[in-house]
Amino acid sequence: MRLGCPICGERDRREFYYQGAALARPEGEAWAPEWDDYIHNRDNPAGVTRDLWQHEQGCGSWLIVARNTVTHEVLGVALATEAGA
Amino acid sequence: MAEFKAQTPCAGLLPVTVGDLRLTEVVPGRMTSLAPYRGRVAALSEVMQAAHGVAWPEPGRITGQAAARALWFGREMALLIGPDSDESLAAHAALTDQTDAWAVVHLEGRQAAEVLARLCPLDLREAVFAPGHTARTDVAHMAGSVSRLGPQTWQIMVFRSMATTLVHEVEIAMARVAARQNSLM
Repeated sequence: MRLGCPICGERDRREFYYQGAALARPEGEAWAPEWDDYIHNRDNPAGVTRDLWQHEQGCGSWLIVARNTVTHEVLGVALATEAGA
Repeated sequence: MAEFKAQTPCAGLLPVTVGDLRLTEVVPGRMTSLAPYRGRVAALSEVMQAAHGVAWPEPGRITGQAAARALWFGREMALLIGPDSDESLAAHAALTDQTDAWAVVHLEGRQAAEVLARLCPLDLREAVFAPGHTARTDVAHMAGSVSRLGPQTWQIMVFRSMATTLVHEVEIAMARVAARQNSLM
């Protein structure tokens, strides 16, 4: 598996660290069902996922990777700072 | 009274020669990491040019020559190798002395790229990774920096604490590439 880092170019999976689902952080401090979802609940889709990865052994950037868990196709890689987590 | 003597990271381990492959330690003058403040890359590059004659390196590139080199060293980070960093740089970037922090070795030889291919997951073909290119990558499971200084000359850097492991790993890879070469002849 290879990921196209926007800074370094196409690199081997070994250089990357997998964090988990890329979720939007709920607004505000007050507890709400959205916080439950953000902290505990995850989808396990057979299809397209959007995950956070870090190019740990490369430039160090946090990335948002869209990929398909069924076909293993990597659909897109973007810098987390630009795409928003 | 105890007397202290500076030791290089690979003291007593290098040089190593296997066939026409050669691994040597390099002790560069000063190494300083440059982390430009937000939006100051262009200004930093100008000051670097004026003080050291090297421009800010784009991702994956090296600027300058042996006397003063700037190595791309990660996201918005470069490593100035050679001279003491000029004070004027401090206005545009955070400067950190890294001189004793890294083990720096050069690998030379006709099959140097084949040796490196056993240690890191990069595409090392000259059309992709040409002289003047650099990468932060995985070197035998260590966080390292790999640079191509010439067609058959590579610079490998890892944390100083990993110097013995690096020499060990590269030496084994050199022996295996050489053995393969011998068995094919």
